[in-house]
Amino acid sequence: MSSSEDRAVNAFREQIDGPIASYLSSCVHCGLCAHACLFYTETEDPRYTPINKVEPLRRVWKSEYTFFGKLASMLGLAKKVTDDLLKEWEPLIYDACTLCGRCSMVCPVGNDISYMIRKTREGMVAAGYAPDGLKGATQRAVTIGSPMGVKFPALQVQIHNVEKETGLRVPVDVHGADYMALLSSMEIMNFPEYIGALVKIFDKAGVSWTLCSEAFEATNSGMQIGSSDLEGELLQRVVDGAESLGVKYVISPECGHAYYALRWEGPNVLGKKYPFQVIHILELLDQLRLKGKLKVEDKVDEKLTFHDPCQIVRKGGVVEEPRSLLSLVASDFVEMEDAGVMNWCCGAGGGVSANERAQPLKLAAFKRKKSQLEALGVGTMVTACANCRINMEEGLEENNMQIEVIGLTETLADHLA
Amino acid sequence: MTSVEFLAWVRGPMFQIAVAIFVVGVVIRLIEIFALGRKADLSKPRGGETMPGIKTIVRRSIPDPGTFKRSPFTIVLGYLFHIGLFITILFFVPHIELFHDVLGLQWPGLPTPLVDAVAIISIFAMLAILANRLRNPVLRFLSNGEDYLVWAATLLPLVTGYFAFHRMLFPYQTMLGLHILSVEILLILFPFTKLMHFFTSFIARWYNGAAFGRRGVQS
Repeated sequence: MSSSEDRAVNAFREQIDGPIASYLSSCVHCGLCAHACLFYTETEDPRYTPINKVEPLRRVWKSEYTFFGKLASMLGLAKKVTDDLLKEWEPLIYDACTLCGRCSMVCPVGNDISYMIRKTREGMVAAGYAPDGLKGATQRAVTIGSPMGVKFPALQVQIHNVEKETGLRVPVDVHGADYMALLSSMEIMNFPEYIGALVKIFDKAGVSWTLCSEAFEATNSGMQIGSSDLEGELLQRVVDGAESLGVKYVISPECGHAYYALRWEGPNVLGKKYPFQVIHILELLDQLRLKGKLKVEDKVDEKLTFHDPCQIVRKGGVVEEPRSLLSLVASDFVEMEDAGVMNWCCGAGGGVSANERAQPLKLAAFKRKKSQLEALGVGTMVTACANCRINMEEGLEENNMQIEVIGLTETLADHLA
Repeated sequence: MTSVEFLAWVRGPMFQIAVAIFVVGVVIRLIEIFALGRKADLSKPRGGETMPGIKTIVRRSIPDPGTFKRSPFTIVLGYLFHIGLFITILFFVPHIELFHDVLGLQWPGLPTPLVDAVAIISIFAMLAILANRLRNPVLRFLSNGEDYLVWAATLLPLVTGYFAFHRMLFPYQTMLGLHILSVEILLILFPFTKLMHFFTSFIARWYNGAAFGRRGVQS
């Protein structure tokens, strides 16, 4: 066994638990998960069937965690995890899966397949089988502090611009504030209007908040590449920042995977509960709405729809909040087919957007969103994830579709009373 | 071996061997799952686990509309043969007598002509399932030897039972012996194959529902 095979198998062993054993024992090869996955529906390549993507993990489970599989291994009959297998599966696991979790919603025997693919990535990255683009993003996140290489001075420039534009001060490193807001690099570099929106809304609502110069990046490439160690290292910075400022809440930005890593995986990866609560910005905005602290002076009249970011809605449970907020600010809000927890992914989450090799596949997968949008005939699509947003802008441009993509938070800020 | 000796053998020692392998095997497989267990989740829950878990156990028996629209054939055939097996195994009067002898439990049966019709429907559903597996690109790609073996092992008891009841192909004693043997083969294969989903899919559905429920989503 080569050392990389060894590392993969060891990492797979650490991931196998009761749920995985029950899932792998239950699969009857019915193939229904294929039709829940946009990488299959838009390409019709059967290799993209979700359950097929966990084959490396399945082999370790079968040969080491089942009595009869162990017998087969002793007789030399078990299928082994080889470098060839890992190499062949790498594009299936990283390019053709956004961890969107749609397959986990339809499997008739109840398999949480995206949970297993997430775990399979642990073994892949341990053995070095991960896409170069995602490796680079992760390395930048660990060494520089952001997958896009954004350092605090770059954020300071944007803060300065926002302050000039709004005439409001952006609080930084305020000890004892209630909320510490995090950002994604994509927001800092491409959508700084998000920062402006926070300042305007929080100023009106009287929210005590701050940014942290030591911990402002929310995205987590460690989670996307599937390395709990690196994921934990990035999360620890947030925990340290929040503890040093003594905040009660940490606000996840609109970014989907940032929320999932911070809210659901974080305490488990770090092995301890947080001394603060994590709240998604949409949850906080909806709380402000309910308290009457978020009021709008006018509504968007144009027909618009909402794209549900997978990690916030289906896998994050923030389902009703964006709808309540939209009904506050939009007079003609229409839902896409399959909206809500069954919505289709933008096609580039889970590290796909950082992986240049996946570019053609990502654009093929966008056909699903394209047909959802064509059925509605809208001119505007609101979303709540910077990564979904930039990917959909790219897909729309590629398909010559004249649809504007906007963030929900800034839409609210633009119409504040 | 005469047909009388054969029948005595499948009803006696072979039956005991098959049931023992089935019971011990299934228990080992279930212990393997439960012994692995689950680490405590340290994230702050948004919702409960128990009720969403139970709901998912029930709900996954009914496909979501989108999935049904995309794979109606697979789903209808799946229903047909699962319900067919359920009825033929549990509501054929001679089977109920066997369960009474072995387990001491008894329940009313269904009229034999009805069970007979269900058996025929199930056999045809199984044949269509094989055709679907060979024809559908995803199913053909996913399928391995085990899938075909389990398919054959599930079909055989239906076919041999039908033949035995209608006194077809072989003398009744021989056919009945073959029918019982085919069920024993199914029981022996059970713990080694995907037939285990009969038990484990309920565990899987619970884990899935609990994991999503914790995050505030009914899966």
